[in-house]
Amino acid sequence: MKSSVIVFPGSNCDRDVAVSLKQLTGHAPAMVWHGDAEVPDSDLIVLPGGFSYGDYLRSGAMAAHSPIMSDIVAKARSGVAVLGICNGFQVLTETRLLPGILMRNASLKFICRDVTLRVERNDTIFTNRYRKGDVIKIPVAHHDGNFFSDDETIRALEGEGRIVLRYCDAGGEASGDANPNGSCANIAGILDKSGRILGLMPHPERLADEALGGTDGAPMFRSLLEALH
Amino acid sequence: MGSSSPAVAHVTPDLAAEHGLSSDEYARLLEILGRAPSLTELGIFSVMWSEHCSYKSSKVWLRLLPTEGPRVIQGPGENAGVVDLGDGDAAIFKMESHNHPSFIEPYQGAATGVGGIMRDVFTMGARPVANLNALRFGAPDHPKTRHLVSGVVAGIGGYGNCIGVPTVGGEVNFDPGYNTNILVNAMCVGLARTDRIFYAAAKGTGHSVVYVGSKTGRDGIHGATMASAEFNDDTEEKRPTVQVGDPFTEKLLVEACLELMAGDTIIAIQDMGAAGLTCSCIEMADKGGVGIDLKLDAVPTREEGMSAYDMMLSESQERMLMVLKPGAEEQARAIFTKWGLDFAVVGITTDTNRLIAHHNGVTEVDVPIDVLANSAPEYKRPWVLPDPPGAIDPGDVAAPQSISGALEAMIGSPHLCSRAWVWEQYDHMVMADTVARPGGDAAVVRIHGTNKGLAATADVTPRYCTADPREGGKQAVAEVWRNLTATGAEPIAITDCLNFGNPERPEIMGQFVGCIEGMVEACTALEFPVVSGNVSLYNETNGQAIPPTPAIGGIGLIPFIAQMARIALTAPEQTLILIGEERGHLGQSLYMQIVLDAKLGAPPPVDLKAERRAGDLVRALIREGAVTAVHDVSDGGLLIALSEMALAGDIGVTLAPYEGPLPQHAVLFGEDQGRYIVAAEGDGQAILARASEAGLPARVVGHSGGDAIVMGDESVFPLALLRQLHEGWLPGHMSTI
Repeated sequence: MKSSVIVFPGSNCDRDVAVSLKQLTGHAPAMVWHGDAEVPDSDLIVLPGGFSYGDYLRSGAMAAHSPIMSDIVAKARSGVAVLGICNGFQVLTETRLLPGILMRNASLKFICRDVTLRVERNDTIFTNRYRKGDVIKIPVAHHDGNFFSDDETIRALEGEGRIVLRYCDAGGEASGDANPNGSCANIAGILDKSGRILGLMPHPERLADEALGGTDGAPMFRSLLEALH
Repeated sequence: MGSSSPAVAHVTPDLAAEHGLSSDEYARLLEILGRAPSLTELGIFSVMWSEHCSYKSSKVWLRLLPTEGPRVIQGPGENAGVVDLGDGDAAIFKMESHNHPSFIEPYQGAATGVGGIMRDVFTMGARPVANLNALRFGAPDHPKTRHLVSGVVAGIGGYGNCIGVPTVGGEVNFDPGYNTNILVNAMCVGLARTDRIFYAAAKGTGHSVVYVGSKTGRDGIHGATMASAEFNDDTEEKRPTVQVGDPFTEKLLVEACLELMAGDTIIAIQDMGAAGLTCSCIEMADKGGVGIDLKLDAVPTREEGMSAYDMMLSESQERMLMVLKPGAEEQARAIFTKWGLDFAVVGITTDTNRLIAHHNGVTEVDVPIDVLANSAPEYKRPWVLPDPPGAIDPGDVAAPQSISGALEAMIGSPHLCSRAWVWEQYDHMVMADTVARPGGDAAVVRIHGTNKGLAATADVTPRYCTADPREGGKQAVAEVWRNLTATGAEPIAITDCLNFGNPERPEIMGQFVGCIEGMVEACTALEFPVVSGNVSLYNETNGQAIPPTPAIGGIGLIPFIAQMARIALTAPEQTLILIGEERGHLGQSLYMQIVLDAKLGAPPPVDLKAERRAGDLVRALIREGAVTAVHDVSDGGLLIALSEMALAGDIGVTLAPYEGPLPQHAVLFGEDQGRYIVAAEGDGQAILARASEAGLPARVVGHSGGDAIVMGDESVFPLALLRQLHEGWLPGHMSTI
């Protein structure tokens, strides 16, 4: 599996996700500078977490206009898998590859802690190594993770099964108390219509190593390897 | 370049006084220059001789601190201290105060404190890998406290989160003594290779002096001078002296500097912190034995019409000064341009040993460097250290109405409640190497790409220092050593951030001297050298000083992270053993403060020999895999420590009966030093035997299991209720308007 991790000025989880990709898929990704014109031939493009352009103006807004993005949009439309984590999710909504927007957390505070997520589907390239209904633990670390969209879009996401991960409690209930940021429908991660683009706020790369206290993030990388190898 | 002599622009003794120079100091300046200074020169002398930059009141005492050890590569005097972690790895670390600005403007004050300390670390070639902080606020119900807590915490998070360096630990305390002078002490730890460490000495003449980073604005002019004076009723007017942070630029600066440092291009590098361009030029030139000629017209500026005075004294953030090897300029420029940062050649090293600055064809500054750097005034200020209060017998301290009532009051108090509300606003996991998160005795980050761990913590107990500065200084160092040991780490070295009131008052100077003497004693006995640090004086308002607060930040090395201990109980039916002597010391304890509303008697004494024996035993037990959880016993005593272990592991504890001579409340809440609780499989006899061999008292204090703290027949305290009290106070308090 060939993958590329895009490095924007202000990305700060680029190394972390590269380590997970290398450890879990056996292949080190190419690290691609945002100013380049083209992404090298890849099966997977990862937009990592961080504060691209300092999150000034609006999270992800300026990165969405980086030189590399037009090639990413073109490759995504031609079916190359794209994974946007945290700031990467924000960039994907800003490019309109994914619907909705990530607003400031309902608490107005930055939140960094483990959350529990319910895996709604395991028939995607991102989740085939989970079981449907699995409750997994991985961390969030964001200030702007409050997913919002109009009712029609939420209904479409629900109807088309594009909500892949939802914040839930330990018992798997997508309750209000289990929602860390106020997201509509407890949305933690969504797919585009093609099912080849996933944006999620939680960081699977941060709990994919037993030494860090858990490995629930690891199956996401193994899923991609299985689907894209 | 102009050749005219510096413009003599109406500098009068009054103007010198406004710049914070005493009449003696001004007379000295005139003697050094042999003429009246220009306005810019006056500004330069005033910042270089400010308490903040010159350490004029503290230097004579700081020399007493032990600074050497087998692992020390660089002690105090550089941007940060450097220690050897083996295998070619080095840790570079320092703690620094940003107290005055954080009180005036909490978000930016704290944010730029974090930014400044990180620059001190990456300027030496290290990638920052962990941030910590020691925060002290006023009484929880003081009208300013909530505003200051939320601003400082948001500022620390706002800067560190954006840069992508995890904020993994620290401490937060409340005391009315900080009502009008909060403390924000920021610590940064970085990792480098021992053969890639960069220093500030600008050796060699004819080399380019290069400015990189943000443009220079008028912000923070006289920040160092502001930090060297007391506050009064006009403190609010000092807001313009606070700098504004831009963490995005700092992130770019880290990456650009580390990229440049991977090659062989840099002779010397120094960040522009307090006193900006002035201080960095003087330090680099002095250490390299050269002079510097500056062309101020080349300095990138943010505003029109900036004067030489503005440029030399601005404390705009995210700027560095470098001296490059001949021929390296284009390579360096390409890297900084790629990262979108300013890059300007602003000067050249010379053989004059003078700092000369030209602006608009006029020589604005022409001063001797060695004199400016090394002849700052040095004061041995008068000091008095009152006799410490006598120790209080445990039997003379009133018992609570009930033990569970005391536990309830203590665990849910501002002093002992969970700090999760704070650390959840800090990204403490970015870089994916945080193997022990906040909330334990020390945080541990894995040394990237290895199985080694770097433990880090920050501590001090100001109520002990207030009662007896010597014992308090000793205890602060010992507690840091103990917290590192409790993770299984070998404690290596410390950085200190010494926060006190006005040193011109003998009783404040006495507190400083006492704390230093205690620190010296502990550092020596524990072979725990000081490699970097910072002094913050004049933390007082209208004559009311803060409690003496020598914050100590320490780091330690864990050879294999698989052999690391945490505080959380891991399974039921394990034996809990207390190692260390029980004397039931309740003087200056949190029990006394919270339950009896008193702060009486001597603080608990630290027996440094016993401290060392206990620590060495516990570390050995951890590395042998003989224990499943470890926690030091400190604030609040045994019952609080057991409760914290139970809450962290979500497993209850049944206490074993105590059969000794001490009153029950003294056993449960006494703050005797040098103690640890360890959890082990089985009956714990092997551990008791090991303790006995080491000459250490030890006893079984309980067993894990159930979902409550069970204390004899008297009371059963459900963990769920304990958790609610422990985790509820801070969020509840902060959401009350």
